Amino acid sequence: MSDLTITTISFETSPPQYRHWGMEIDGERATLTMNVDPSGGLRDDYELKTNSYDLGVDIELYDATQRLRFEHPEVKVVVVTGGLERIFCAGANIQMLAGATHEHKVNFCKFTNETRNSIEDATANSSQVWIAAVNGTAAGGGYELALACDEILLVDDRASSVSLPEIPLLAVLPGTGGLTRVVEKRHVRRDLADAFATRTEGIRGRQAVDWGLVDEAAPLSSFGDLVDERVAARAAESDRPDCGPGVRLEPLDCTIVGDRIDYSTVSVGIDRRAGTAAFLITAPDAPQPATPEELIDAGAGAWILRCARELDAAMLHLRFNETAIGTWVFRTEGDPEAVAATEQLLADHPDHWLVREVRLYWARTLKRLDLSARSLVTLVEPGSCFAGILAELVLAADRSFMLDGTWEDLDDPPPPATIRLSAANLGWFAMSNGLSRLQTRFWGRPAALEAAESTIGTDLEASEAAEAELVTFTPDDLDWDDEVRVALEERNSFSPDALTAMEANCRFVGPETPETKIFSRLSAWQNWIFQRPNAVGPDGALQRFGTGARPDFDTRRV
Amino acid sequence: MSIVDIDAKIPNNVDLADDRRLQRALEGWQPKFVRWWEELGPVAFKRSPVFLRTAIDVGRDGWAHFDHVEMPEYRWGIFLAEPEPDRKIAFGDHKGDDAWQEIPGEYRADLQRLIVVQGDTEPASVEQQRQLCLTAPSLYDLRNLFQVNVEEGRHLWAMVYLLHRYFGRAGRDEADEMLERHSGDADNPRILGAFNEETPDWLSFFMFTYFTDRDGKYQLASLRESGFDPLSRTCDFMLKEEAYHMFVGATGVGRVVQRTLELMREHDTDDVHPHGGLNLDLIQRYLNFHCSVSLDLFGAETSTNAANYFAAGLKGRFGEERRDDDHVLRDATRLVPEATGEGIDAREVTQLAALNETLREDYIDDCQKGLDRWNRSITEAGVDFALRLPHIGFNRNVGTFRDHHVSPDGRLVSDDDWNANAAEWLPSDDDKDHVTSLQVSVTEPGKMAGWVAPPATGINRKPLEFDYVRL
Repeated sequence: MSDLTITTISFETSPPQYRHWGMEIDGERATLTMNVDPSGGLRDDYELKTNSYDLGVDIELYDATQRLRFEHPEVKVVVVTGGLERIFCAGANIQMLAGATHEHKVNFCKFTNETRNSIEDATANSSQVWIAAVNGTAAGGGYELALACDEILLVDDRASSVSLPEIPLLAVLPGTGGLTRVVEKRHVRRDLADAFATRTEGIRGRQAVDWGLVDEAAPLSSFGDLVDERVAARAAESDRPDCGPGVRLEPLDCTIVGDRIDYSTVSVGIDRRAGTAAFLITAPDAPQPATPEELIDAGAGAWILRCARELDAAMLHLRFNETAIGTWVFRTEGDPEAVAATEQLLADHPDHWLVREVRLYWARTLKRLDLSARSLVTLVEPGSCFAGILAELVLAADRSFMLDGTWEDLDDPPPPATIRLSAANLGWFAMSNGLSRLQTRFWGRPAALEAAESTIGTDLEASEAAEAELVTFTPDDLDWDDEVRVALEERNSFSPDALTAMEANCRFVGPETPETKIFSRLSAWQNWIFQRPNAVGPDGALQRFGTGARPDFDTRRV
Repeated sequence: MSIVDIDAKIPNNVDLADDRRLQRALEGWQPKFVRWWEELGPVAFKRSPVFLRTAIDVGRDGWAHFDHVEMPEYRWGIFLAEPEPDRKIAFGDHKGDDAWQEIPGEYRADLQRLIVVQGDTEPASVEQQRQLCLTAPSLYDLRNLFQVNVEEGRHLWAMVYLLHRYFGRAGRDEADEMLERHSGDADNPRILGAFNEETPDWLSFFMFTYFTDRDGKYQLASLRESGFDPLSRTCDFMLKEEAYHMFVGATGVGRVVQRTLELMREHDTDDVHPHGGLNLDLIQRYLNFHCSVSLDLFGAETSTNAANYFAAGLKGRFGEERRDDDHVLRDATRLVPEATGEGIDAREVTQLAALNETLREDYIDDCQKGLDRWNRSITEAGVDFALRLPHIGFNRNVGTFRDHHVSPDGRLVSDDDWNANAAEWLPSDDDKDHVTSLQVSVTEPGKMAGWVAPPATGINRKPLEFDYVRL
């Protein structure tokens, strides 16, 4: 399949460059119109007909979700609709899936899921409500996009339907949260969900309302009025400001040379032999905004926003373009005081729209880290700044090492490394399970949680951090190099599949949420199906779809 | 031999009397159909006795019965062609298997879709043509219009029977929706775009029955090959009726051409508009329009649905069993047209993927036959003119030509060229105004409007002066 793999995928785009989406801002309402360019696919072995999408289409959607939040504080309602006659969206392109490598399929689904989650996050936490104006047929991923919106309005022209035809047509699952959202979010009865997900032609109009698959249906002549009415009602409930200014998301400053990727606050060095990507995050070295107004003025240049964007971009780049680099190693550098000072703004003004956006963006970015199928290792060394927000990198790690003491051999040894928890670690950044990383770490052990929480604001050296159970191992400088090297080399020798599975099992303890179900239950089954001959074998449904040949199933249940 | 129960509330040859549940269901649908006919069928002559043929038997001899009938009393019924004993599926992956007498669960959705799309066109054309009775050029033509209308109504019955009998609750819902979608209704349009356009005048009606009903013939003929035997038998019988609709079109256009030639000779001019006729170049423009929109009905050059339908044994090719190949088409390829910025090229695709194109080409060959006849009469009149089918890429809104302008003679042309010549190639507003100006109702038996010649013979050996519709 090497001929079908894509060269480097870039996630950098902006509305003037969009090929597949129209973004129109009209006061408190934004309209995103999907109008996919059939010849605009990332590979040239498929055509994106009838508003079907590939990763490129979704990269633009993700970009739009970010810009609507940061650049358009005045937008209170986002309407997603289709730009083709009688078609809302036909879902992920099947030829694209059939020709994609396994890891691309899985990464694609994960990314589209994360974007759908960020749409729900905008509605739930940012008071920017998404409404799907389904003005034509919404099939598969098309309906899943609608499902991510808070309201689904369907045109009732006696032809347009919503459907999840993946199982009967393709022998795979609706891979972008469809099944989970149908039963968990829309509370469609399980037997109706079963009937719905096995019915290729889907459900139309009134019946879709009756089954709970959509909220309202209206004929073509009054559909626009219905959308207007719902936009007005939802906008009235929003607490977003009535006007800007917003913060323009300027293109990121990024240089990729050889195996080094350099942003302004994040850099990554790839060691192919070791299979590691070494992240280095640097603390602000200049005064940072102390008030919301200063934050708006600083815009995308503020460290707190820039760092989140760069970390987000670096992770996406590595996920898609460096699939064989299995371990991500995190280090930080700089003054913990500077991180704490920067973060204070977020603590002081939680209700300001931009402060809220920055906090929510960090939450989504850290979730993306949790959900990355990579071994996460954090190294806490002298000169680092694992305070507050950045301490989350310690808590997110599968394994962390903290140097006990300092580099004794140096002529002028730096002070020992410290970790400092802050309010940020107590619930600003919920994981997909709905808990903070600290709560997740101490799941079922309230006393240990309380003890860790009681260290807030205190700089903890290695022995104290170990006692508070915030780090895994604390070697001293005699053992440090070997301990870390051996751990990374050993990790790199294990099966990547087994590691991904083990890590996912250990990371997400505690309660289930729709998100954990999407990323564990749904995705895990989907990834299994994506390996099975019934879907991807030469006689499987995904390969045979569109050829006229019928799939030949192995009928044994597993 | 199936027995026709012609006296039943719903005439049929499917033993409806023995299937109480189905009978109840269809009798529940019947009043809705009659209400639909009253509301959206022909706008006038609702109670005038019309000399109609009614299907009373499906056998070779005398399946049709002629009599004066008020249209709402027409015996719409359910007639399937005689079963072919031990019929086998003739193509696709199930080739050689026994034809299905019930729908295979695996193909429920696809079959339902095929039947719904086909069924939706039947009442649509009745709706499109409902105003035409006000301007019929003769009683003979008025009667033909009504014959076409009631038979389209019967075709709807044929599809509705299949939905009720084989598709359960979902089928019943679809049957209801057939009457709830309406041609040109902004909120509840018919499924296919072409069936939401009004048929505004009789020249358009003749062109529609010639070109668009012929698309129907080719769709029905492909469905007649279906491995689902009841669908096959239904379509087989519908084709008998459809043939008459195309006869109305072929003779209708022929009579217009003939009248034009008479006026040209009489007045010694090519321009017969001042004399109440239709110039040959105007006829050519109407032909260009109706042919090209009908070509769109066959769909894009390549289609995964068409491939799936064929492989599954649901929809074959025209004359499937007469074709000399393996009827499976797993590896065969063919060329399909491809329009690019540079010109009109061809690309090789699998035959399975190209089935729409194959059917479209068969259709075009068939269309040419009528033109040959009309052109013979033009030549015999000593006029140097020939009607031509436009190029396959002309005025297309579906498939590879959608984003390109192609002239009727097959040249790729620029937007400017297109705009400059559109009035030469497609009916202009002046053309439409002129055609509209000639639309007058002629109801005196035996008389004809001045723009169309009388037919060669009457209906069922009746003279032209017969009162085909009693006013």
